[in-house]
Amino acid sequence: MLPFALEFSAFTDAGFWVGVGVFAGTYVLLALGLQLNVGFTGISNFGQAGFMAVGAYTMGVLTVESGFSFWLALPLSIIAAMLFGILVGLPSLRLREDYFAITTLAAAEVVRISARNLKDVTNGSEGLSCSQTGDFVCFDDTWRDVSDGIESFLQSLGWSDPESLIPLLLVVWGFVIVLTIVLKRITDTPWGRVLRAVREDEDAARALGKNPLVYKLQSLAIAAAIAAVAGWFLAFNIASIAPTEFLPIFTFFAYAVLILGGLASYWGLIVGSAILWTLLEATRFIELPIDADQEAALRYAIVGLVIILLMAFRPQGMFGKREEMVLGE
Amino acid sequence: MAARPEYSPRERLLGWSRDRPALAAGAVLALGVLALVAAKGVHDVAQTALYGLSLGSIYALGAVGLTLVYGILKLVNFAHGDLLTFGAYMAYLANISIGLPVAVALLCALIATAALAVLFELTMWRPMRGKGAGLFQLMLMSIGLAFLIRSVVQFIWGGQVKELDVDTTSTVQFLGLRIGETELVVIIIGFVVLSAIGLMLRLSTLGKQMRAVSDDLDLAETAGIDTRRVIILTWVFAGALAGLAGVLAGATQTVEPNLGFELLLAIFAAVILGGIGDAFGALAAGIVLGLVIELSTLVFDAQWKLVVGFVVLILALIIRPQGIFGKAKAI
Repeated sequence: MLPFALEFSAFTDAGFWVGVGVFAGTYVLLALGLQLNVGFTGISNFGQAGFMAVGAYTMGVLTVESGFSFWLALPLSIIAAMLFGILVGLPSLRLREDYFAITTLAAAEVVRISARNLKDVTNGSEGLSCSQTGDFVCFDDTWRDVSDGIESFLQSLGWSDPESLIPLLLVVWGFVIVLTIVLKRITDTPWGRVLRAVREDEDAARALGKNPLVYKLQSLAIAAAIAAVAGWFLAFNIASIAPTEFLPIFTFFAYAVLILGGLASYWGLIVGSAILWTLLEATRFIELPIDADQEAALRYAIVGLVIILLMAFRPQGMFGKREEMVLGE
Repeated sequence: MAARPEYSPRERLLGWSRDRPALAAGAVLALGVLALVAAKGVHDVAQTALYGLSLGSIYALGAVGLTLVYGILKLVNFAHGDLLTFGAYMAYLANISIGLPVAVALLCALIATAALAVLFELTMWRPMRGKGAGLFQLMLMSIGLAFLIRSVVQFIWGGQVKELDVDTTSTVQFLGLRIGETELVVIIIGFVVLSAIGLMLRLSTLGKQMRAVSDDLDLAETAGIDTRRVIILTWVFAGALAGLAGVLAGATQTVEPNLGFELLLAIFAAVILGGIGDAFGALAAGIVLGLVIELSTLVFDAQWKLVVGFVVLILALIIRPQGIFGKAKAI
């Protein structure tokens, strides 16, 4: 018997592809913000998982603990993530690129550790979970209603038995398409041209009367806002909000998507994310004689290797434009 | 004769502290310690400070190697923390799996980690420099490497917490203070090694060459320094110190795949606080940071340690991004 037998049946299973699709869509969103930061503004934001955490936790805590309406909590969570982005950016964006990278990474860790420590608000390392049975309020109650609505609509169209994650898949990819178009359009405006000018030559931008700090802060705040949206979908997908979902490595999952897709190429992100998540989810179906820790290690190793190899041999990614790429001096 | 400009006392104080940042930082620190002594008593503060020295030695050992690589190669090595992890696991392998005494295991870990650091220089960093890779490319690559090292460690040894064969219960008492034997050994090793490093950098030819290359690589090369050799030796040095820091961290706490990464941000804070590329600065800032973080547990719960380190980093970035020992320059 082969120890490496692959269950090919998994790849014909609709559930597998729906699962891949939801994760892939969520990570396109996370990488969209990075594209704006790294690809168009030239700032290396290493804290995207932290902004995602701020978004998800604000949404979760406001609905569960403070009794806010779901529809009010969503925009508030975006605002919270943007404010946090500005707070982190103000001291660090004035400085060289590497200081900013270290600071954002540290800020994301502070969010995660605070979420773990503030047990009264966030329920500590267990987090806010919706998997318990019984009658209690959870952050995804309203989302479930929306999801059921979409499901019955699909059934009324003649789709007899859609997978339970299909509504989430549709909504996530709806956001992906709309936000990609919006970002593409705003980077083609005069504002977007200033961002590129800041990326290419800060002093030149300053000489033309544009304050680079203001533009970098705006770029960072927008990335944080999109990360907050990705945070909701991650929370709906796994029905929980816990510190381990926002480890720094998830920022670099998004970086792997970003450079697979290519710098300064918005549509490339979709291909990049689809490839990465097919690869990552497929590891679940390779029958290796390994335990759960080793399986997690294998997934992280894949992401690490993808990043190293791409940076070494094709830093602009699959669809990136070399002329749009500024990778340091 | 031109009239001398009038300065208010506030401006004079600000000007004074700008010219002597290390003294000013020391004064702020001393005031903080005095306030703590007033609030908690001498005994508690001294007791906590002892553990701060142990933590500070680990930060300083990690930071010296990181700052040299940062300064010489312009490489922000996010994989440095995972070199610490690797060192700790090498000591575990030699100490527990093979059964060698801890001191021998420590030596094995130093050699293995230095060899790993040189291996990465030869297979990754040197070819990438040859290609003229930029800052972002190298940063991201080092992060990929960090995850790769950690995954391999987790794949082989699993995610569970391991312990080295050290005495974690005996304590030593003096002057009414009590400290764990392991922590005391860590402090002694830390201070001996750090003093040796300081002397080596200040007095030996290699140390001078390292600092020259860190200042300006091209100029050093023109001056006849074999920069390739200096770079390899810098990696040996950084790797061995990282391995040592990893083993000391593993001995005082536990050995786990996240050991190095959890220390990395504080080590970066020490590097920035000391001024990037400045080995003496990193050394002093590491010790100070260890003290500050450990003393903060008298005020805040210990689970907020990492957050305290981050706040120090942010304050440093706002007030003096070139480091408390760095020369005034725009960054």
